[in-house]
Amino acid sequence: MDEALLRSLTPGVLAVLVRRGADFAAAEDAVQDALVEAVRVWPADPPRDAKGWLVTVAWRRFLDATRADASRRRREDRVEEEPAPGPSPAVDDTLQLYFLCAHPSLTPSSAVALTLRAVGGLTTRQIARAYLVPEATMAQRISRAKRTLSGVRFDQPGDVSTVLRVLYLVFNEGYSGEVDLAAEAIRLTRQLAAAIDHPEVAGLLALMLLHHARRASRTAPDGSLVPLAEQDRGRWDTASIAEGVRILQAALARDRLGEFQAQAAIAALHADARTAEETDWVQIVEWYDELARLTQSPVVRLNRAVAVGEADGPRAGLAALAALDDSLPRHTAVAAYLHERDGDLMTAARLYAEAAHKAPDLAERDHLTRQAARLNARLRS
Amino acid sequence: MAKYLLLKHYRGAPAPVNDVPMDQWTPEEISAHMQYMHDFAARLEGTGEFVDGQALAPEGTFVRYDGEGRPPVTDGPFAETKDLIAGWMVIDVDSYERAVELAGELSAAPGAGGKPIHEWLELRPFLTAPPTITE
Repeated sequence: MDEALLRSLTPGVLAVLVRRGADFAAAEDAVQDALVEAVRVWPADPPRDAKGWLVTVAWRRFLDATRADASRRRREDRVEEEPAPGPSPAVDDTLQLYFLCAHPSLTPSSAVALTLRAVGGLTTRQIARAYLVPEATMAQRISRAKRTLSGVRFDQPGDVSTVLRVLYLVFNEGYSGEVDLAAEAIRLTRQLAAAIDHPEVAGLLALMLLHHARRASRTAPDGSLVPLAEQDRGRWDTASIAEGVRILQAALARDRLGEFQAQAAIAALHADARTAEETDWVQIVEWYDELARLTQSPVVRLNRAVAVGEADGPRAGLAALAALDDSLPRHTAVAAYLHERDGDLMTAARLYAEAAHKAPDLAERDHLTRQAARLNARLRS
Repeated sequence: MAKYLLLKHYRGAPAPVNDVPMDQWTPEEISAHMQYMHDFAARLEGTGEFVDGQALAPEGTFVRYDGEGRPPVTDGPFAETKDLIAGWMVIDVDSYERAVELAGELSAAPGAGGKPIHEWLELRPFLTAPPTITE
């Protein structure tokens, strides 16, 4: 059974239940039950109409749960009657679900968890595994999120940028656990792009595809990080790059630039270079200038300093870096790199060791320690 | 089965025998060390004795309650002299002897010159839940 196909039906089924009058929290539980049932039953007895099957089972589960509830609350008459099957739900029901799960009243971690469950169809257990927290913790996070949303109407218009931020967070979380969150983020963004025509949705999808294409080359067999310049470009996924570039070009042609399109453009310029030396750093700096205009993010300015160092030489990069707050994450690592390029190995080695001390993750810490060790070994010989 | 915490210190433990900071090793020595640590954890997973392993950032803060309606007091980053934990591994083993044996192996991870670091690791038993049968 194709689990991704099954999960792709999740938002449509959930939307049908909500349209029929089920409240979102109860409908979402019922759809999860139906998905679990499908995994159990379908391999031996595949349905002809997969979505119809899920709707029927989920609606029955919802009625059972509500009836059990209603014996206390006397709400039976509201949900007893099964509504006549209406027209098949429009695509924008899926869109409404994305808006709801990324609602501004939710914290980022709640929005991420709810999106993965209600739109992505992942189980609480899978989401908990992916984020390395106990299953009970994740279950609480999701039910609190649903309580937060209890007063929000399903058909309220939402802001697509909040949805994009949630999907970006999921993508960036990576792929350490049993669930490949990067691939899941791409699937959800693709589904969103089918539901709404928006250049920034396309921009984010392109950005994800272009980064995902480099994934195999980003770590060595021993798990250590391989910097972009040293990656084996023969291992980049050319089909994924081609798709990302095509989506990006169509989006840029609409002439409504946004930060994800600009980031994707930078990724596309890297993908376009057959060797690190062929990279068009001058154009990359121009895109960073665009990006700096679009966002106030200091991280963008830091990355821009690296690009300036490549385009105009390490001294220019160091000058750009000097204008930035040196408490920024990775500021020291960038300084170390630019000093090495400038030939000051002593300073670079000291800064690499200092950057390793401040590194936010293990892979980066190990990488920076190795850089310091490499330079110290050269200085000794 | 009994659970033990293996604690690694940035500071506060007695100095290891092979006490050279990692950025003074060769890149190959670093790789050999990483491989050893990785193999060690993988082997314990294989024997069913691995529970958890985490590394901590060196920068941290002490925090305490400062009374009703007041923000907590913070003190930090840690002063240079304080004990500082670098990370831990939790193992679930049959005996204290097995825990000591494994801690010894972990302490033998290769360092500068490819020689064992002989690093001091702190071994602490978990307090367990009370047993069901008490008489």
